[in-house]
Amino acid sequence: MGISGQDLIYACSAIGAGLAMIAGIGPGVGQGIAAGHAAAAVGRNPGAKGDITTTMLLGQAVAETTGLYGLVVAFILMFVKPF
Amino acid sequence: MILCEADFAIHGLVNYKLFGHSVWLTTTHVAMVIVTIVILIFAIAANRCMKKAKEVPTGFQNVVELIVEMLGKMVTTNMKQPKKFLNYIGTLFLFILICNLSGLLGLRGPTADYGVTLCLGLITFCMIQYNGIKCQKMGHFKALFEPIPLFFPINLIGEIATPISLSLRLFANMLAGTIIMALWYGIIPIFIAKLGIPAFLHAYLDLFSGCIQTYVFCMLTMVYVDDKM
Repeated sequence: MGISGQDLIYACSAIGAGLAMIAGIGPGVGQGIAAGHAAAAVGRNPGAKGDITTTMLLGQAVAETTGLYGLVVAFILMFVKPF
Repeated sequence: MILCEADFAIHGLVNYKLFGHSVWLTTTHVAMVIVTIVILIFAIAANRCMKKAKEVPTGFQNVVELIVEMLGKMVTTNMKQPKKFLNYIGTLFLFILICNLSGLLGLRGPTADYGVTLCLGLITFCMIQYNGIKCQKMGHFKALFEPIPLFFPINLIGEIATPISLSLRLFANMLAGTIIMALWYGIIPIFIAKLGIPAFLHAYLDLFSGCIQTYVFCMLTMVYVDDKM
């Protein structure tokens, strides 16, 4: 069974897509910290629950961006096949 | 071996030539036209309804007033001159929201196409620069050289990165949702798997994620524009 150069490139692209998703670690930690602090804030001031939830979701959605960049790179490697 | 029938690509429908280039009308265009028609019908109905508005709102008038009040409150609390930007932010919000929710109707969401979100990001970019030049005059360009002139390239990259990060955020979220739904519908051949779990996935990926991303896009647009005033 021979492995051509193109097969090797596809295999390495798949490995690279997997490695790109390591970017998911950062947003996970960041969103966890944001949610933890929001929970603490609600515990201290239950009246401001609505405002705290909105702020937390906004911050989490922005923190998610870096993970999504990794996702976009993985998608490009898997489906667009630039090489 | 599970058969892969997942289908989340954009399909070309009509091919035509434009200045020697081969251009496709795709499913994104069709979905966007449908979304626009839905918004138009809603707007005409709302206009008809508000022409004979009553002091005590009933039925459809309640819904319209709720939406307008919600948008007005969102813009007023975040901007210095809310009157000027209420139209743009409201239009943007409704369009992106209906686009994101169109995944529920079986369409391929238009916001899962980078061509759409990049245009939205570029409109925001033009608004930021226009308002910056209009409100700060030369101070807008001087801000690029602060705190010291050595920082000019970094500041320039920061300005250009704004529309790219704004559009990529919306695009990647919606694309992830579209791909996960397509994989779930396409890959798993068991009937049981399609019985109740897609409802949960739709609720999270289309409803929750779509609404949050709409809100984030409009909020960041307001923050960026307000920052330059």
